[in-house]
Amino acid sequence: MTKRELVIVGGGPAGMAAALAAKESGVRDILLLERDQHLGGILNQCIHPGFGLHRFKAELTGPEYADRFIKMVKDSPEIQVSLRSFVVKLTGDKKISYLKPGALEEIEAGAIILATGCRERTREMIPIPGSRPAGIYPAGLAQKMINMEGWIPGKEAVIVGSGDIGLIMARRMVLEGMKVKAVIEIQKTSRGLVRNVVQCLEDYGIPLYLSHKITKIYGANRVEKVGVVEVDENFNEKPGTGFELSCDTVLISVGLIPENELLEMAGAAIDRVTNTPVGPEVNLTSIPGIFACGNAAKVYDLVDWVSRDSEKAGKMAAEYLGGKAL
Amino acid sequence: MSDYDVLIIGAGITGAAIARELSKFKLKILLLDKEAEPAFGVSKSNSGIIHAGTQNPPGSLKGRLCVEGNRLMREEMAKDLGLHFIQCGQLIVIFDLKDLPELEKIRLEGETLGVEDLRIVDRLWLNAHEPGLGPEVQAALYVPSAGIISPYRFVYALVENAVRNGVELKTSHKVTAIKRLKGGEPGFEVTAARQVFRTRFLVNAAGLFADEVSALAGGADFKITPRKGEEYLLDKKREHIANHIIFPLPTPDSKGILIIRTSDGNPMIGPTAHATEDKGDLSTTDEGLAEVLAGARRMMPTISKSDIIAYFSGLRPVCGHDFIIRHEDKAPGLVNVAGIQSPGLTAAPAIANHARDILADNGLELIPRKDFHRNREKPVHLLQIPLSKTRELIKKEPAYGDIVCRCEMVSAQEIRDAIKRGARTLDGVKFRTRAQSGRCHGGFCTTRIVKIMQEELGLPVEEITKRGPGSELIMDERK
Ligand SMILES: Cc1cc2nc3c(=O)[nH]c(=O)nc-3n(C[C@H](O)[C@H](O)[C@H](O)COP(=O)(O)OP(=O)(O)OC[C@H]3O[C@@H](n4cnc5c(N)ncnc54)[C@H](O)[C@@H]3O)c2cc1C
Ligand SMILES: Cc1cc2nc3c(=O)[nH]c(=O)nc-3n(C[C@H](O)[C@H](O)[C@H](O)COP(=O)(O)OP(=O)(O)OC[C@H]3O[C@@H](n4cnc5c(N)ncnc54)[C@H](O)[C@@H]3O)c2cc1C
Repeated sequence: MTKRELVIVGGGPAGMAAALAAKESGVRDILLLERDQHLGGILNQCIHPGFGLHRFKAELTGPEYADRFIKMVKDSPEIQVSLRSFVVKLTGDKKISYLKPGALEEIEAGAIILATGCRERTREMIPIPGSRPAGIYPAGLAQKMINMEGWIPGKEAVIVGSGDIGLIMARRMVLEGMKVKAVIEIQKTSRGLVRNVVQCLEDYGIPLYLSHKITKIYGANRVEKVGVVEVDENFNEKPGTGFELSCDTVLISVGLIPENELLEMAGAAIDRVTNTPVGPEVNLTSIPGIFACGNAAKVYDLVDWVSRDSEKAGKMAAEYLGGKAL
Repeated sequence: MSDYDVLIIGAGITGAAIARELSKFKLKILLLDKEAEPAFGVSKSNSGIIHAGTQNPPGSLKGRLCVEGNRLMREEMAKDLGLHFIQCGQLIVIFDLKDLPELEKIRLEGETLGVEDLRIVDRLWLNAHEPGLGPEVQAALYVPSAGIISPYRFVYALVENAVRNGVELKTSHKVTAIKRLKGGEPGFEVTAARQVFRTRFLVNAAGLFADEVSALAGGADFKITPRKGEEYLLDKKREHIANHIIFPLPTPDSKGILIIRTSDGNPMIGPTAHATEDKGDLSTTDEGLAEVLAGARRMMPTISKSDIIAYFSGLRPVCGHDFIIRHEDKAPGLVNVAGIQSPGLTAAPAIANHARDILADNGLELIPRKDFHRNREKPVHLLQIPLSKTRELIKKEPAYGDIVCRCEMVSAQEIRDAIKRGARTLDGVKFRTRAQSGRCHGGFCTTRIVKIMQEELGLPVEEITKRGPGSELIMDERK
């Protein structure tokens, strides 16, 4: 078992900002673990502009925003990056195990920052009744397929939920030649940013059905249609308002959940409703010396605030290590 | 001359178990299924319980074969085939001590069938052994021989071992016509996927469609009525809510809504039991969810809707109250193995022995093969082994350290292994490895799995399917 001063799990914007801030605060031995083959996290698949307005006073795409940080990380000899490195175990006394092709490594860390991001809420969590054919994708997966692989999932789509990822994907699919029949939102207002409702739906004539929900998904092998109905203030179905939309693709965009399974494994307190760490303030967990930042700490709308808050986590970890050394 | 001695229609648990049993003998055997892979019928969506044999009428065929199947699993199958079988035991609980005579009746009937070590336990025993039970529970029948297994991996193990022993498997081969051989020669001509196969004996193990296949072959006339069951899987975080499989008292049509441990860790609640006309209706419903939640919460009130991470429906192939396993004298050489409702998964090894004997009684010559390979190597599942073992595996094969599915910790090497063992679809990969079956449902790993499948199978992305033709994932690729 090797010893390291600071280990950061996750090489998205949160992990990178935390690493850089820890370095600025004097930490000399930082290991940044990322399971993917690149740094950047979710930003790599967000090829639309709208990142960095606050931070850099410029309208960047996700990869451009990430690149600015990746460059700084690469220019920092204090930060060692290990890619394709997947953390599988964390203990309360800060021992970490990770797998990478060809090796299982075990490390004892002075401090740990978890920057593991979010996963998407799924169709199963709402839950939508009906059959389970091909053609149902979490919106983020569809984003990855289209933007990173060039895979077009279908011809006609219905989007469930009006979160920003869903809205952005509505426009993306239209630009790729698909027809987007509707965005269905159970709440009275859109969950996404107003600018996204205007630029991604209204500009393309895509109908947004507020106070509506999907009642059922139909189709044996591939999605064939969905049932839709209007709901009242208590989300009860309004009789006589049901209709069907034919489609071969359904995107689910109903929110994100922080990924804190490692923290839970270490025995830290987790809020069962939000899946976020329970701690005295943001970035702190119930275990001294283990910090959480970025989307793992709470779901952020804008990456600019992820970078800002994650820098604080980096500083906190540095202070913790300094205090311990004294 | 026939091409085959025995042709088996249906590679579900029933057909797979029969194929594997017959592969012990010097026979030419063909196993056909209409789906893209084995285990895509009823055998993929059930509760995964290896029942003890209780809750069956004492004189029934299904009761006798269930007890025998359970014994074969414990004593031979799990070891021979490298199955992850867990004998966790079962509890049948009552909410009112007035129902004690009912429990007593189940105990006596079980003992008549040969189920061993049955015992009525009181609330004190339950507090110690199943502390999560709700306050309404008063007493239970403890059934120690019951256990759990992954149903599809049971099928894959049998099929792999059968193929290893010479059985030919053809998937995507739907049987569309069956004719008796001409000129009074015993046997059949079976048409599937525009090919004709000649066989001396025909075993119909077609699950929900066994009535249609029997009719094609000129066998007996019966009707299979599906009985639908909805099941809901809970997050792995709830793995330890129950130590046993927990049942209420049975109803005339079903064993009731259960709390089920599964061999992969996620607890499951269900199934409902409602007759339906549609053999393709695998939908779940709001009503089903409400019924399952209410039933499970009565036994364990801490279960909540937000624990649910997945759900599915299965259809029990029901014809009357028992299995139909017999030679059809109207169509000499045809053995129907039909109406294999619950506990068909458990009974399968015993059903296979029974079918073998019926075939022998009707003239099939059984000469044991000296080179029969009884064992099948257990596939690697990183999640089931300690990290120290993982380290050794990675040394031998670096790709075990390349994690693809983060929720269930499945490596690239396990996915490649699954494809080498026969996976051809995303569901096939999922059933074999668990990749995509965790809490993110493939949100993170689907693209990577698709790419590995493309590499291993040499297919363009548009031809990768979820579960066979018609379920393509991607319509078009922009280069
Ligand atoms: C699908 C999706 C689409 C989004 N689209 C937009 C958008 O269009 N615009 C916008 O402003 N915001 C978007 N967001 C929000 C965006 O996630 C945040 O703004 C920001 O990227 C969060 O940064 P992060 O570093 O906390 O998380 P992430 O960017 O998710 O980074 C987390 C990193 O941790 C790694 N990791 C996780 N677990 C482990 C482990 N066990 N071992 C090693 N590494 C691990 C992951 O591989 C990942 O690289 C999106 C989020 C998601 C989930
Ligand atoms: C909700 C539910 C819960 C259950 N729980 C349990 C349990 O806990 N324990 C237990 O022991 N049992 C249980 N069962 C019962 C068990 O699942 C079944 O008895 C068993 O799976 C039946 O297997 P089979 O091989 O006969 O049918 P199937 O698995 O359906 O196999 C039949 C095969 O035949 C193929 N086929 C059909 N027609 C044709 C054709 N024309 N040409 C070629 N191929 C064809 C199909 O594709 C299919 O693969 C449960 C069932 C359900 C529905």
